[in-house]
Order: sequence, then C-alpha cells, then structure tokens
Amino acid sequence: MLRIENLSAAYHGHPVLHGVSLEVKNGEVVALIGPNGAGKSTLIRAVSGVIPYTGQVRTNGDDFAALTPMQRARYIAVVPQAISLPPAFTVWETVLMGRTPYLGFLGHASEQDEELARRSLERVHALGLIDRRVGELSGGESQRVLLARALTQSTPILLLDEPTAHLDLQYQVSLLELVRDLARKDNLAVLVALHDLNLAARYADRIALLVGGVEKAVGTPNQVLRPELIEAAYCLPVHVVPHPFHEGPLVLPAERG
Amino acid sequence: MKRSVILSFIFLIFALLLSLAIGSVFLTPAELWDVLLGRGTSTATQIVWAIRLPRTVLIVLTGMALAGSGTAYQGLFRNSLADPFLIGVASGAGLGAVIAMSVKWPYSFWGLMAVPMASFAGALLTVFAVYLVARVGNTVPTTSLILAGVAISSFATSLTSFLMLRSTGEVRRALGWLLGGASQAGWTAILALLPYLVVGLGILLLSGHILNLLQFGDDQAQQLGLNVGRARTVVLAAASLSAAAAVAFSGIIGFIGLIVPHIIRLWVGGDYRRVMPLSILGGATALLLSDVLARVLLAPQELPVGIVTSLAGAPFFLWVLRRARNQGYW
Repeated sequence: MLRIENLSAAYHGHPVLHGVSLEVKNGEVVALIGPNGAGKSTLIRAVSGVIPYTGQVRTNGDDFAALTPMQRARYIAVVPQAISLPPAFTVWETVLMGRTPYLGFLGHASEQDEELARRSLERVHALGLIDRRVGELSGGESQRVLLARALTQSTPILLLDEPTAHLDLQYQVSLLELVRDLARKDNLAVLVALHDLNLAARYADRIALLVGGVEKAVGTPNQVLRPELIEAAYCLPVHVVPHPFHEGPLVLPAERG
Repeated sequence: MKRSVILSFIFLIFALLLSLAIGSVFLTPAELWDVLLGRGTSTATQIVWAIRLPRTVLIVLTGMALAGSGTAYQGLFRNSLADPFLIGVASGAGLGAVIAMSVKWPYSFWGLMAVPMASFAGALLTVFAVYLVARVGNTVPTTSLILAGVAISSFATSLTSFLMLRSTGEVRRALGWLLGGASQAGWTAILALLPYLVVGLGILLLSGHILNLLQFGDDQAQQLGLNVGRARTVVLAAASLSAAAAVAFSGIIGFIGLIVPHIIRLWVGGDYRRVMPLSILGGATALLLSDVLARVLLAPQELPVGIVTSLAGAPFFLWVLRRARNQGYW
C-alpha cells in the first residue's frame, strides 16, 4: 500500500504540488490525470525520492523519508517515460539492473537474480528481445522492457509516468492491460500518470485529478470524470456519456462555443 | 569477457617487449630474451633495467590512469567526448603541479609526493568548474562541455606559461615535462606515483556498475537504488586523482583517455564493468606504442610522447565528433 499525505514539492524554487494526499491499495490501479504541467510527473518523482518534498510518503506505517535510496528502491519501482535510454546496453543488461537494490556495489547478479529478470521479461512478453540493444527498440518494446526492469525490482509499489505516451493504440491498450493484470496477480499498488482520460477510465480502479498541483478530485472514474470537473481542469467543454461497450464513462470533447 | 581480457594482456605484453627492445640502441628479440633471463651483455642489461624499464613502467601507469579516468569522465558526463585533456582537467592538474614546483622543485621523495597533491587539487577545481559551466539540467551537452573545457584549459595553460616564464632554473625543466616527455623517469617518481594510482584506479575498477546505472540518468539511477550524489562524488574524485597523478609525473598527454575507451566500447559494448578494466589495460598498451613511436620517428632524437598521441588523437577526435553529430547526440 502507498499512502501519500499532504505532499508538497517545489521545482527550481517554484511550488508545483500543494498538499496532495492519496492512497493506493494493494491490487489497485490508480490513475493520475490532469493537464500538462499539473504536477503528475513531479508527484511521481517526489514519491520515488528523486526530488525533495514536504509531507509524508509511507507504506504500512514505514516513512520513506527515513530510507536510503537503496532501501526505498526495494519498495518502489518506477517505469519512466521511455526517452533517451542509453543505446549501447542490451535488453538483458537493462532488465538485470532492476536487481540493483539487492546487489552489492559491484552489481554482481546471482542465478536467482537472473531467474527473476528472465521471468519478468517473460511476463511482459519480451523474452524474444533479450539480446537486442535498447537503442534498437520501438517505443512499445522499450516500455515493456522498462516494465520488466521495474518488475525485476520485486517491489510492492509500482509507479508509471505516462507509459503510453508515444505509443500506438494497440500498444497503449496491451501495456495497460498488462499493468492491471500485474496489479491483480501480484497484489501491487500501482499509480500511473496518464494523459488519455478514456484509458484512465477503462483501466484504473480509481482516478486522481491534479490541476495546477492541487488535487481536485479522487474517486472512481464515474465520480471524477464529470463534465464540470473536466471542463474546469482542461478549459474545454466536454460530453461525458456511458461507454457503449464497457462499464464506466467515455469523455468526448465538445465544440467550443 | 575472459577472451577480451586475455587478448588485452597479450597486446600489452607485446607492447611491453617492444618498449624494452626499441630505442637508440635496438635489441634483437634474442638479446632481449637473454637480458630478461639474466644472461645478457652488461650494456644491454644496463639499458633494459636502468633506463628502459623505469620509463616503460611509468608509461604503463600513466596510460592506465589516463584511459581509466577518461572512461570514468565519459560515464559521469554521459558524453563520449569527455577526456581529461579535452575537458581541461589535465591543464588544471598541470597548473597545480607547476605551482607546487615553482614554490620549490621537489628533489626529495616527499617533495615528489606533494606535486600530485597539488595536481589533484588543480584537477578537481577544473572538473567542478567545467561541470558547473557546461551543465544544462542534469546533462552535459557536448558543445558546452568542449567549450567550457577549452576556455578553462586555456586559462590554466596561460597561468602555467606565465609561471614558467617568471621562473628560472629548475622550473624550466617543467616545460619538457608538460609536453609529455617521460624521460626524467626514475624509480623514485614511480614509487611516488603509485599510492595515488592504486587508490584512484582501484576505485575506478570497482565503479563499473555505478557508471552503468548513471547512463540511465540521475533519476532512474536513484530510483534503482543508487545514492547518486555520493556515487558521483566518489567516482569523480577517483577519476581526477588518476588523471592528476598521470599529469604530475608524465605531463599533459592528450587523447589516450578519449581513444582507448572508444575502441573498447566498439569492441565489447557499453557495459562499464567490461569497458573500465579493458580500457585501463588498453590505455597502457596504447601509450606504450605511442612512446615507442616517439622514440623511433626522429631517431636518435626523441619526441615527447604527448606529440605522438595528439597527432594520432586529433583526427580520431574529429572522426568521433562527426559520428556523434550524425547520431544526433548534439
């Protein structure tokens, strides 16, 4: 379980997040939505300990602020946006780096570590990529490899920063299906920043709406994806209708005017 | 990995033998063999043990230090054009050394020990200055890295020249030294150099995994469990210590730290746990071969080895620069 309490963070002296509180239960996928600059990525960076924050991030009572980066990396794994991976590494080397929090500083991986890495690759259907260099991968393949690396970290909490950005439609869907599936089977607490409101509605159990670093709403897709909330957040009139094929809402932009 | 290490050792041994055999007096393989077995003529024995061996050892250590620190800077800056010479660290270390020498040219062992300390201080100051000037966010783009390196390097070089012009007598010897000649080498210099290199290169040899993680950027490295600030500081200090020790005893020798890691990466890929040890071995081999060339090109006159590495290194640098641009690195 991930519990964020009253978290505020600044970026180069400018406050970006203002007192965000959010809880992600085990086995649950929570989507973080909001317009560009709302603070979604900043929240993920703060929770993963990369930038300083005030407030608390904890799991089952343990406060992450007291942990070293290595200890924290045993609780929280992050799937970053798949930009600028160092091209010379192979997929295998990249995924094996997920074991870093459990290795000595020489980074020597045991057979069990290798087994875990192999299993993670299998679970994201990327075992066939094992000898490829990450510089040669497509966007969808890179994201699966980064997800495999995060799974190799064997953490109870998984954070994903816009994992579907730059992906074709079929990869967006298959990646999020995979993530939801992993949350259920491994009982992971998953927090995923998403651009696409309809993907959020379809794959998240709950949604948190951030606007200007302030949490405007948290709840089920039906509770958060309401026209008045979305219109205010995105400055765009929208229609919200029941999804014709799934449970939950469907957000459609309306004509301005 | 095993095969590449064995091959690297074979190259190194070949270069070592060449370095012992070639010079103003040429020794045939048979003569060299006799000397190594203790059966050689007294002249040949004298040449090998008293003149060529100390020089060869110093060249080996210098080559290791330059290539090791070059590899580390490239990893730390995530920029394949970082090299102790190009980013100005060598000039900074040279300035530190000349300041130490202009206070009093060190004759004693402890005096010799002080020169690398001053070099180290100069190297660290330079690398921090270059980093602060060239940094954009968390990365160091090639253009600003090279420009900052050139600017700070010129500044340090001017100060060094000024100090040398103002000085008399012994410090003038520093001039030949700064051009990268190792001809004043003796066992005392090697002993004085050794502690710095053992610490610097020892840490670098263990830093492969850290450098690997840093290639993914500071954010990801930290999210994978690395204490980024501390790791960077330790590796940066070790790289600067190695570079400073090399400069303190062999002068400013360019491009070894650039060329060797590049060739190694083309050979074995990007994993720094392989690239680092192989670069350190390769650095020794490359500098030995350059030094042999420096001895034979204008024989019986000897060229400073820095001239040879720059003659070979500058075109290589331009080639890498073109390649880097074509791949969209900057």
